[in-house]
Amino acid sequence: MERCVVVGASMAGLRAAEAVRKTGFGGEVVVIGDEPHMPYNRPPLSKEALLGTAPADLAFRVPRAAQDVTWRLGERATGADLDARTLTLAGGETLEWSGLVVATGLTPRRLSLPGPAAGRHVIRTLDDVVALRKELIAGARLVIVGAGFIGCEVAAAARVADVEVDVVAPEQVPVERPLRAELGRALQRRHEAHGVRFHLGTVPVAYLGTSRVTGLRLSDGTELAADVVLEAVGCVPNTGWLEGNGLDLGDGVQCDNLLRVEGRPDVVVCGDVASFPNLLFDDVPRRVEHWTMVTDTAKRAGATLGRHLVGEPADPAPFAPIPSFWSDQYDLRLQSFGAVGLGADDVRVLEGDLDADVAVGYHREGRLVGVVLIGLPQRYQHYRALIAGSAARS
Amino acid sequence: MRITVDLAKCQDHGQCVYSAPTVFALDAEGKLAFRTATDGDRYRSEDLDESLRDDVEEAADACPLQAIMVED
Repeated sequence: MERCVVVGASMAGLRAAEAVRKTGFGGEVVVIGDEPHMPYNRPPLSKEALLGTAPADLAFRVPRAAQDVTWRLGERATGADLDARTLTLAGGETLEWSGLVVATGLTPRRLSLPGPAAGRHVIRTLDDVVALRKELIAGARLVIVGAGFIGCEVAAAARVADVEVDVVAPEQVPVERPLRAELGRALQRRHEAHGVRFHLGTVPVAYLGTSRVTGLRLSDGTELAADVVLEAVGCVPNTGWLEGNGLDLGDGVQCDNLLRVEGRPDVVVCGDVASFPNLLFDDVPRRVEHWTMVTDTAKRAGATLGRHLVGEPADPAPFAPIPSFWSDQYDLRLQSFGAVGLGADDVRVLEGDLDADVAVGYHREGRLVGVVLIGLPQRYQHYRALIAGSAARS
Repeated sequence: MRITVDLAKCQDHGQCVYSAPTVFALDAEGKLAFRTATDGDRYRSEDLDESLRDDVEEAADACPLQAIMVED
């Protein structure tokens, strides 16, 4: 019997398995996941899940089309031979497949510093959050290394829980890389008004303590006391298991606009690990770590693979989804449409005030390619429509 | 086919509007329009035409809070 194997039991894996089924593929669909949990929603992990949302509330409903999928949880893929169409699991088992979905996502980057390991955390999985949440008690001193979205969201949640928060980062301004300095400084002011202390332009050089972290030494000589540390310094794509197949694994897994890896109709990629060209902007493959893009790529990848397996031609329509992400910090909702990173060299306030409700536009060659709003929910549809109409190359 | 929306979970992201614009709408303040159609925390639609199934299923998948359920 034909078998489709999905590696990664996340939202991407679930949506891809469902999409494969919806093409009428009648063979076996197996989803392999290294976490022990059924697919769950990750954005709340750095937000409300730190403040009390029960883990069980994060699980996705399994739709009818995916009811007969075989879930192999707590199992990790260690290797694949694309020519032989096999997958190797950590226990040594080899699975044959006729179609493969790559949905292995990302792993948090860790700081390689001397000092004790206990008390150091990352946030990517449900188990990470359960472990961190236990330590975020009122009055505890949390040091967050990294001032990106995850670091800032956790800082906000921790302050709401009356945890003391210091943020350490090499940039001069928080969220500078994704959003640029103007908006970053505005967000910094809001965090400081809530009592967050920033240590910018510096990096940790050592963890202090013996059996468990009691603080950090920074490159500027400062020593910060800490009861708990969060390392929020970005993620790396999980692609090691695909090595040896001649794929471009430079940043995730490179694939085409149908989400197929180079030259293969039987291997597709989706979710955070996929580096694909979004024809809304151009034909350059890029990885996009946005929540909406996971479902968009998974449905596209699953449909591409399913159609191949049932002998139907691929969907000829170009894939040009509008990226979108949001971030909740305190009572702020930050909402983005488009590709902010492509327009980071030409940033303009479109309306409002950086210290209140604001819409900021990101332009490439004079064209609006991304928008970030703080507040202004009544303007979402307007700006999303603008992006849809203006982002593409003329 | 009907949909239900958990209005206590819903945070008015509006992704459903882009997926199923004939079913979901935001009002002038950017709030889900169904909020004014019910007093409680739960909106349940009238019977919807089967032709809308793909759109409402896409809306349910796209909801960041997973607040939309499609009933057969």
